[in-house]
Parts: sequence; structure tokens; C-alpha cells
Amino acid sequence: MLTLVARRLASLLLTLAAVSALIFVVMDVLPGDPAAIMLGTSASPDTLAALRHELGLDQPLPVRYFLWLGGMVTGDLGTSYTYGVPVAGLIAERLTVTLPLAMMAILISVAIAIPLGVASAAKRNSGFDYLAGVLSQLFIAVPGFWVALLLILGFSISLGWMPAGGFPGWEAGMLAGLKALLLPAVALALPQAGVLTRVTRSSVLEVLHEDFVRTARAKGLPRRAALWRHAVPNALVPVITILGLQFTFLIAGAILIENVFNLPGLGRLAYQALTQRDVIVMQDVVLFFAGLVIVMNFLVDLSYLVLDPRLRGRGQ
Amino acid sequence: MSATVENTNAKPAAYSPWLILRRPNLAIGGAIILTLVAIALVSLVWTPLPPAKMQIIHKLKPPLTYGLLGTDQFGRDIASMLMVGAWNSLSTAAVAVALGGSLGTALGVLAAARRGLTEAFVMRANDVIFAVPPILSAMMLGALMGSGRFTAIIAIAVFMVPVFARVTASAAQQIWSRDYVLAARGAGKGPFLITVEHVLPNISSQIIVQATIQLGLAILTEAGLSFLGLGMPPPAPTWGRMLGDAQTYLALAPWLAILPGLAIALTVFGFNMLGDGLRDLLDPREKGRM
Repeated sequence: MLTLVARRLASLLLTLAAVSALIFVVMDVLPGDPAAIMLGTSASPDTLAALRHELGLDQPLPVRYFLWLGGMVTGDLGTSYTYGVPVAGLIAERLTVTLPLAMMAILISVAIAIPLGVASAAKRNSGFDYLAGVLSQLFIAVPGFWVALLLILGFSISLGWMPAGGFPGWEAGMLAGLKALLLPAVALALPQAGVLTRVTRSSVLEVLHEDFVRTARAKGLPRRAALWRHAVPNALVPVITILGLQFTFLIAGAILIENVFNLPGLGRLAYQALTQRDVIVMQDVVLFFAGLVIVMNFLVDLSYLVLDPRLRGRGQ
Repeated sequence: MSATVENTNAKPAAYSPWLILRRPNLAIGGAIILTLVAIALVSLVWTPLPPAKMQIIHKLKPPLTYGLLGTDQFGRDIASMLMVGAWNSLSTAAVAVALGGSLGTALGVLAAARRGLTEAFVMRANDVIFAVPPILSAMMLGALMGSGRFTAIIAIAVFMVPVFARVTASAAQQIWSRDYVLAARGAGKGPFLITVEHVLPNISSQIIVQATIQLGLAILTEAGLSFLGLGMPPPAPTWGRMLGDAQTYLALAPWLAILPGLAIALTVFGFNMLGDGLRDLLDPREKGRM
């Protein structure tokens, strides 16, 4: 068990190192000098050289990479060119919006997908099953940012129940903050819910054929109890895998949704960094997102060991 | 996976064009996609009005009051813009999937043929690439070399590589364990010939299904990129940017926000249905699975 965790951890660190190297090299190899991009075309050669020196761009690539990596480890991600503040603080501040948004979206999607998927597996080939199938296909097909626009149209413009965007800050109170995040979270959750419903349905269907479910039924457990007590917990492992794999898409969705709702989150930061050509922030945010995806997948891997004791013996 | 149908050469009793109606997914998906492709192709030679033609006096007209689907903030004809947008979206997605799909497939069959270190390296590299969503790589590329159609295609294609590599690697590995591959090896064929003559033809249906579904995903991603202004630059109309522009006029002209979104959703829905239908048709064992 411990060796297994240690091995996964080593692979995690290796992947993180590879991602950071990839991002660094791509930013370096591609045409475009960050200093020149930041300063614009009118910069004098002297200012350019000064900025290049300040950014450490006059040093060789491996040196710069390890300085950057060392900074990552010690929490020094450099200074944003446009904001003039440390990038680490900027990311931490923006995370207080993006993280709750992502969590709410995951909660909403699970709250929709698990009951819908389980019910449609239990009533396989019924009208309900068909309807749930069409619904989940629709959820998958609609772009989240379009759902966001429709939600604003319906709940903010027509009904006036919800703010059309912006974030009051957590200082304004928990409730105001959550209210501002509700519509964005729904828009982010729907496509996820579509995918998860399908996975839940097929996973439950597969488990329903297993011997232990038949045994549970044979010993007199009612259908409903056998379903929820025996089938569903066993069916959740693939659902959690997909939840982990979908994290990439959740992040991608968050970037768009934050921009629709004008939320000061990490996705908005990335977009602003792009429009302001703040290459340092860009590089750090991309690595941060990628790292988040990788760590998330690592946690999903670990969760198998908790959820499925049979896997614990492997790898020893 | 073991004791499955072996009689893969047996053909269905009779082919009838009506059989397709027994597969609603295939019929619905196919009809949607064929219609869209037709519209996209027609837009190359004809649109009701030139899509970039501005008529400020006719700006923000609702559907049916001016032109079929109304006009935008510059008085441009929405129907014409949507038609050209169909071509722009479909062609961008198709090029991206073709690029990423062929590279991913090549890496996948390579990993299956070589196993060992090659496989480990390819799969690890996949994890690395898969961790960066296309929106982010497009932003990163856009920050350095400017955004546009080329950047969007590269960003989407790069993300497709690990997707296809994974699917083909696992499908190809199954083929490699078959008896006929063993026989081919016994006959002295090398890994390259076996891959071309046995592996690729036998996994082609999985690749086709995957490509269909990924086309839907590519359309969604392209729309997202265009929405953020990272797609084809104006005046070329794209569905994503039409939505982006519509946000400003949401209260004034809601149809501007509804129509392009419907177009995107319908296209993605069509590709997903078509992919599901093709999977049922080509690989009955996978029926009902994700």
C-alpha cells in the first residue's frame, strides 16, 4: 500500500516536472520576446535590455528554468508586469473565487447526475430512461458559456432575481458571494452533469448484473435497498474516475464562464494576462492550472484505494 | 472481453436502406451533420446577403422582420453570418481533428507495437499534454504569437493527440494479442507491416467513432476560443464570436445570443449522436457503453 502510494507520488512529481519544462520551453521556443511583447514596439533598446536583465532573460535557458522552478518551490512566482505585485499573491487572491466556483459546480453536477443516472439505470429502457438519455446528450452538447448567457437572460434580465455578473467579494458576506457564484456554477455544472449521468447509468447497469447484487436480492433485500446499498456504491468508482478526468474541462469551462460573468477568478486573470501580454502571469497561471489537473488525477488514483480495497494488494 | 463474438466476417442477413431507421442515433445524427455540411458548402458560393455587409439603418432587427433571422448591431444579416460561421467552425474543427487524430493514432499504434519504454514514454507524454486544456494552450500560444485560426487549430489539435493516442493504443494492443497477428509474425512480417496490414484496418472503426465524437468537442472548443476572441479574426463570422458580441446586446437583442448558441449545440449534438450511432453499427459489443 505505502509503496504503491510512493510510486504514484513519484510519478506525480515527474509529470509535474515535465509539464513545467514543457510550458517553459514552449514559451521560450515560440517566436516573441516576452520583454519586447510587454514593452510594446516603441520601447528603446536600453529599456528593453534593462527589462530583459530584470526578468533574467539574458541568462541561458536551463539556468532560467531552474530559477523558475526553484521559485515555484519557495512560492516566489515572480512579479506581475502589469499589476506590479507578486504573482503568487495574485493567484491566491483569484483562487478564492475560482475554487468555490469549481466546488459548487462539482456539487451541482453530482447532485443532478447521480440520481438521474441511477434512476435511469434502474428503469432501463423506460420512457424516463430515454428522456434522461436525451437530456444528458443535450447537456453535453450545449456550450457552458452559452448556458451562462441564457441564464443571465432569464434570471438577471427578465426576472431580475440574480446579479448579471461581477463579484461583491467575500467581505460582502457569505450569502452575497454564493449568490454571485450560483448562476456561473450552474452554467459550469450542466455539461459535466451530462457526462456524469451517462457514466453513472452505464456503471450502475454493469454492477446490477454482478453476483453480489443477486445475492443481496436473494437474501430478501428489496430492489430499492439492493440498488442503493449494494449497486450504487460499487458503481461509483468509474464515476469518480470520470469526475477526475473531466477536471480539465471544468477548468477550461471556468475560464470562459468567469469571463461571461466578469468574475475576478483565475480564468479571468489568465485572459487579462493575455490581453495585457503579461507573459509571466500567463506562464504561472497555465502551470498552476495544469498542476491542479495533475494533482486532481493523482487524488482520484488514491481515492480508488479507499473506495476499492481489492486494489490495495496490487503493486506490492 | 474474452469470450466475445468471433464470427466477425458474418454479414447481416440483408442490407436495406430502411435499416438505418432502426438506428435513431445514426439517422438523427447523420441528418443533422449532413444538413450542416450542406449549409456550410452552400455558404461558399451563396448566402442571402454578403455576411460582412453592414446596413446600419437595419441594425438589431428581430428575426423575420429583416432577413430570415434578423440583423446584428451593424445591420449584418444573421442568417448569412450563421451560414459562413458553419463553414468556419466545421473546417477549423475538421482540420484540427485530422491533424491531432493522425498524430495521436500514429503514436498510439507505435506504443502498441513497441511496448516497453516507447509505450511508457508516449503515455507519460500524453498525461502531460492532457493536463493543459486547449483554451489555456491557445491563450499561451496567443500571448506569444498572436491569436487567430492557426493558433486555434494548433491548440485543439495538440489536445487531440493524447485522446487519440490512448484510444488507439489500447485498441491496437488487443489486436496485437490476436492469433492472426501471431501468424503474421511467424510468417516473418515486421511490426510496421503488421501495423499497416492488420492493426490499422481492425481498429479503424474505433478511430472513426472517436474522430466523430472529437469533432463535436473541437466545435465546442473552437466556439469557446472564438468567444474569447482567440479564434478567426473579424470580419470572418464565427459562431463563438457572434455569441461574444451578443453579450453586449443581451437585453436589447436576445436573439443574437440564442441563434449562434443553438447552432453550436445542434452541431455538437449531431456529432455525438452520429458517433454513438456509428459505434453501435461498427462495434456492437460496445453498445450502451460510454
